[in-house]
Amino acid sequence: MLLRVKRSRSSSTAPRTSGAGWLRGVIGLVVFAAVLEIFPRTGLVSPLYFPPLSDILVALGQEAATGAFWISLLLTLRSWAIGLAVAVAAGAALGFFFGSSPFLRRLTASTIDFLRPIPSVALIPLAVLLYGSTIRSTLLLVVYASIWQVLIQVLYGVQDVDPVARQTAVSYRLGWWGEIRHVVWPTTLPYLMTGIRLAAAVALILTITSELIIGTPGLGKQIALAQSGGAVATMYAYVVVTGLIGVVVNILARLLERRVMHWHPSIRRVEAA
Amino acid sequence: MTNALSRLFWALALPVVLLLVWWFASAGSQNFFFPPLAAILSTFRDTWISSKIVDDVLPSLARLLFGYVAAAVIGIVLGIPIGLSPRLRAYVEPVLEFLRAIPPPVLVPVLILFAGIGTSMKVLVIISGCIWPILLNTIEGVRGLDEELANITRSYRFTSRGRLLHFVLPGASPLIFAGLRQALSIGIILMVISEMFAASNGIGFTIIQFQRSFAIPEMWSGIILLSLVGFVLSVLLGLLERRVLHWYFGLRAAQRGNS
Repeated sequence: MLLRVKRSRSSSTAPRTSGAGWLRGVIGLVVFAAVLEIFPRTGLVSPLYFPPLSDILVALGQEAATGAFWISLLLTLRSWAIGLAVAVAAGAALGFFFGSSPFLRRLTASTIDFLRPIPSVALIPLAVLLYGSTIRSTLLLVVYASIWQVLIQVLYGVQDVDPVARQTAVSYRLGWWGEIRHVVWPTTLPYLMTGIRLAAAVALILTITSELIIGTPGLGKQIALAQSGGAVATMYAYVVVTGLIGVVVNILARLLERRVMHWHPSIRRVEAA
Repeated sequence: MTNALSRLFWALALPVVLLLVWWFASAGSQNFFFPPLAAILSTFRDTWISSKIVDDVLPSLARLLFGYVAAAVIGIVLGIPIGLSPRLRAYVEPVLEFLRAIPPPVLVPVLILFAGIGTSMKVLVIISGCIWPILLNTIEGVRGLDEELANITRSYRFTSRGRLLHFVLPGASPLIFAGLRQALSIGIILMVISEMFAASNGIGFTIIQFQRSFAIPEMWSGIILLSLVGFVLSVLLGLLERRVLHWYFGLRAAQRGNS
């Protein structure tokens, strides 16, 4: 317990949000962009393989003027969102169900430990045979990959419930639903939010993978098309877009975490600092 | 003794039931896509316990191992100075956030341009995908080191080598292992899809060949092989983690007991 208090103090004094830190971050980004521009221009990296940043941005502008770009973007986001929603709903439901009874927990533990490390890309050939290059293939991969993040976190969370709080709930006769609503749920929520944050990133990776390998329409397919067509700058433009989506997904997940858990000590402490 | 037996029972009960269900439900299966489990298992033996181990399985695993270890070394070596210096961290953090957010699979077509479709491309893909979770977790781990302990190492005039070996690395190791674990699953994904995208050997390549030639039991046996690879590697990492972090698990268990 002592250790945890100390940790949080050291992290809240870190100059993460200070003005100087912000400026340095911008300088870092500018230097990074300059390197991406200068290395190819001076021939340190062959511009055939790595075009200067300005060329990539021009290509990005040209792509953004086409409808295909925006359709791909929307298709990618749609697969990602549907897959993530299914994984979160199913993972949380299974987690609460398995976690609710010691019997089920013991019974399922080994199976979960075996199924979780199975790389979801192993399912690619099956998905291709069953569904071809449709959104259903993508969803199969995305859901299989991201459901574990949520399920495992919820299982941890349910186990973390304070026995005294549970006994209090029993003494006060909160009932089955009351116990879940007022004891299990608040304890599990931080774990669930961590699970959602991890699942959101994994779901994006698998969405792009499926588009890249199976050829489901979306940004990943555009990257494969640009690469096979030799449109190198366009390919990098799409890579940049996927990176930006990744950044936005991470930021949104953290915002959601803060919003949903504004009452939680770990968040309140950071905000007070 | 009875304790061990009962643990064994609980560990095996559900998997055995599930396998039996699969076995009997698929026994007379006429469905082209879902052959009987018996057929898959006998195909597994014929397909993989053969020259394919040397030609396809070992090259894949060697690339994975090489890329993973290289990513771990680079990630930890870079992560320690960045974690120790708040100033350096402020400069590089946004760039790292962006690089980390790029879904690693898109690196496959990018690195094909640089390194062709040979072994070096696959190792590079694995390195460049695995490095981010390790690097960022090392940074977080070093950043979260106990300040009082840091002061103690200064008072006792630890050499920088001693400080690194006895304070920084052990203190950051729980988070470094969390990064290694994330990196392992990314590494396996990249091993497979870099072979599916373009290759002439490897597990991923072979499975895709089976699928394209509609060799369904063989394809299923490949899926099972990949599952086993994922499971065994994760168990091995778990063993290593237990060994290196035994003090940490003990500490956490003690804290749990107290509170």
